Amino acid sequence: MQQKTDTSIITVENVSHAFGNKTVLDDINLSIGKGEFVTILGPSGCGKTTLMRLIAGFLKLSEGKISIAGSDMSQTPPHLRPVNTVFQKYALFPHLNVYNNIAFGLNLKNLPSDEIKKRVMQVLKMVSMTDYEERDVDSLSGGQQQRVAIARAIVNEPEVLLLDEPLAALDLKMRKDMQMEIKAMHKKLGISFLYVTHDQEEALTLSDRIVVMSEGKIQQIGTPTEIYNEPANSFVADFIGESNILNGSMLKDELVEFAGHTFECVDKGFEPNEAVDVVLRPEDIYIFEKTDAAQFCGKVTSCIFKGVHYEMMVTTTEGFEFMIQDYNSFAVGKTVGMLIKPADIHAIRKEQLLNSFEARVVDKLHVRFCGHSFKCNDASKFEHGTKLNATIEFDKITLDDNEENGMLRGVVSFILYKGNHYHVTVRTEKGEYFYIDTNDIWDYGDRVGVSIAPESISLQNI
Amino acid sequence: MHRKIRSFAGRRRNWTIPYVLFLAFFVIVPLALIVVFAFSNNEGAFSFTNFRKFWMQPEAMNTFIYSVGVALVTTFICLILGYPAAYLMSKMEPKRAKLMVILFILPMWVNFLIRTLATVALFDFLKIPLGEGALYFGMVYNFLPFMIYPIYNILQKTDKNLIEAAQDLGANPRQVFLNTVLPLSTPGISSGILMVFMPVISTFAIAELLTINNIKLFGTTLQENIYNGMWNYGAALSLVMLLLISITSLLNSDGSTKAAEEGNLI
Repeated sequence: MQQKTDTSIITVENVSHAFGNKTVLDDINLSIGKGEFVTILGPSGCGKTTLMRLIAGFLKLSEGKISIAGSDMSQTPPHLRPVNTVFQKYALFPHLNVYNNIAFGLNLKNLPSDEIKKRVMQVLKMVSMTDYEERDVDSLSGGQQQRVAIARAIVNEPEVLLLDEPLAALDLKMRKDMQMEIKAMHKKLGISFLYVTHDQEEALTLSDRIVVMSEGKIQQIGTPTEIYNEPANSFVADFIGESNILNGSMLKDELVEFAGHTFECVDKGFEPNEAVDVVLRPEDIYIFEKTDAAQFCGKVTSCIFKGVHYEMMVTTTEGFEFMIQDYNSFAVGKTVGMLIKPADIHAIRKEQLLNSFEARVVDKLHVRFCGHSFKCNDASKFEHGTKLNATIEFDKITLDDNEENGMLRGVVSFILYKGNHYHVTVRTEKGEYFYIDTNDIWDYGDRVGVSIAPESISLQNI
Repeated sequence: MHRKIRSFAGRRRNWTIPYVLFLAFFVIVPLALIVVFAFSNNEGAFSFTNFRKFWMQPEAMNTFIYSVGVALVTTFICLILGYPAAYLMSKMEPKRAKLMVILFILPMWVNFLIRTLATVALFDFLKIPLGEGALYFGMVYNFLPFMIYPIYNILQKTDKNLIEAAQDLGANPRQVFLNTVLPLSTPGISSGILMVFMPVISTFAIAELLTINNIKLFGTTLQENIYNGMWNYGAALSLVMLLLISITSLLNSDGSTKAAEEGNLI
C-alpha cells in the first residue's frame, strides 16, 4: 500500500495525536510521493485537518515521526519546513495588498526586489490575477482571494503544497472551475500536493491517490478507481459515492447470499458461510418491467429525477430496500424486476461480527467493562475477578433518547443503512465503540444512552 | 387628539428628540459659548485679545508646551509598558486573561481623586519626594489601563490563521511579530494613544496633588483662570486645547474609526 521511501517526499510514521484525552489520530502511516496529488478525505472530525497541521508544523508532534524531503522534521518549527499551506479561510494579510501578500515569503528571504517582482508577476499570471497586484485583499471576491492564497504559497516553490479544504467556502460552479485550475496547476508545477477535503467528489476528481480517514484512523489508501470500485470496508463504501450495503453470507467462493436470494459473484477467499457486507452501487442494479429474467422483484416506492438519471427506491418482496439509478423511470407503486451482474457485487469482510470487550467479573451478578458494571446472567459461572471476554450481539443493545436512562452515555458517530435496518456506531465518553443493529432512525451526533439486558451479555474465557 | 399623539410617538425619528435636545443643551450650546467667550473681550465685543494674550504671555505658552511634553512622555511610557502586557495577556488562556483584565481595571473602580490621594500618602510613607517623577508615576498609573485594554482587545481578536500563515511562509517568531502581529494591532495602538493622550493633556488634579502645586500643567492654568472669573481668557485656552485634541484625533482618524469599531474601551 505504501510507496517506496526513496521516492517519497513526506513520510508519516506511527503518528498519534490526542487533544486532552480524546484521541484524534491513531497510529497513522502514510507516504506521499514526489509530484503526487494525494487527498486526505473524511467526514468532519475524522482527524484530517489535525494530520495536515502536524505536517505543516502548527501542532507539536507528540508521538511518531514525520519526515519531509528526506529529513526528520518531527520537531522542526513551521517556518523551517519546506512546505507551504493554502488555508481554508485564505488567511490573507489584511494590512497588505495583493502584491505584498504574495511577496511576503520572498521578502523574508531577502531576495533582490527585481527577482521578487519577477516571481510575483509570474505566479499572478499563473492564477490569472495579473493587474490585481495593487488591490486591497478585502476588495477581492472569495474566488480571487483563494487565487491569491494559492499564489502566495506556490511563489515560495515548496516541495509540497498543503491545501486545507481550499474550496469549501466557494459556491458550486466556482468550486468546479477552481478544481480544474488546481489540477492544471499541479501538472504544471510538478510538486506534490496534499489536499484535505470532506467532499468525496472533489477527491475523486483531483487525486492521484486518496487517503480515506475516519475516527482518527486511515480506512483505505488507493487510487480513485480503487477506492470507488473496491472499497476496503463499509465505511469507505458508504462515504465514497452512493451505495447499497447489505448483510450477506459467502456460501462458497463466487456465491453470495443476501436479501433473501443467492447471487453469483466474483469474490473469493472467504470462509464458507462467512458473514460479509455486500456493496452494490445504485447504477449497477438493472431495473426493468417484471419478466423471467429478473433475479428478484420489488415495488417502486419513490422516484426522483436527478438530471441525467432517475433515482428510485425499490422495496423487494422480502422487505429489503434498494436505491437504484437508471436512465428510465418507473412509476411509484409499479412492480419491477431487478438483476445484478456478478462483477458488480462487492463482498467485503466484516470488521466485527459482535461487540467484544475485555471484561472482569465483579461478583455473582455483575461483570465490568467500559467503566461500568453490567448485570450479567453469565457472571455466576465464573470466579470473582476473572478476566474474560464479553460479547454482545449487534441487535441486543438498546439505545435510548435520554442519555440518563442508559448504563453508558455515548454519541452516534456512524450510521449505515443495511437495506432493512440501520447499523449504528456509538462512541462512548471513554472512547469505546458499540455497534448496534436497530430499526430506529438516529442522526449523527445524537446523544444516546446505551443499555444491555443481563441475558444478552455472554462471557468467554480469553 | 388621541390619534395625533399616537402617530407622533409612532414615528421612529421622533424618538430621537430627547437625545437631540440633550445634545443641544449640554454639548452644542456650551461649545458655542466657549467659542463666543473666547472671541470676545471683557466688554463682550468681538476681539482677538485673549489669543494675543496667550501668544504674548510666555508663562501660559510654556505651560502649554510643557503639558504637551508630559502628555507625550506619559503616552510613550504607557505604550512601552502596555503593549507587552497586552501581548502577554492575549497569549494567555481566556480565563486567566479575563482575570488579568479585571485586575488591571479594578483600580479604576476607585474614584481617581481618591486613588491619587492614596498615591500621595504612599509616596509620603515611602519618603519619596513628590515632584516631576511622582507626576509621571501618577499619570502612567492612572492611564495605563486605557492603553492596555484596546491593544489587548485587538491582539486577542487577531486571526490565529494569519500568524500561522506568516510562520508557514518562513517567518521566525521575531518576524511574525514585526510583520504580522504589530501591523495588525495598529488600530489598538492608535486607540490606546488617543485614550491616554487626550485626558492627560487636560488633567490638573494629578499635577496639583502629586507635585504639591509645584508643577503647573495646562489644565491647571485653565482651571485657575476659570476659577478666578477670567471666563474669556479661560475659554480661549480651552479652545486651544480642543484644537490640539482634534488634531490628534484627525491624525489618528484612520486608526480611530477602526479602533472605535474593534478596540475601544467604551
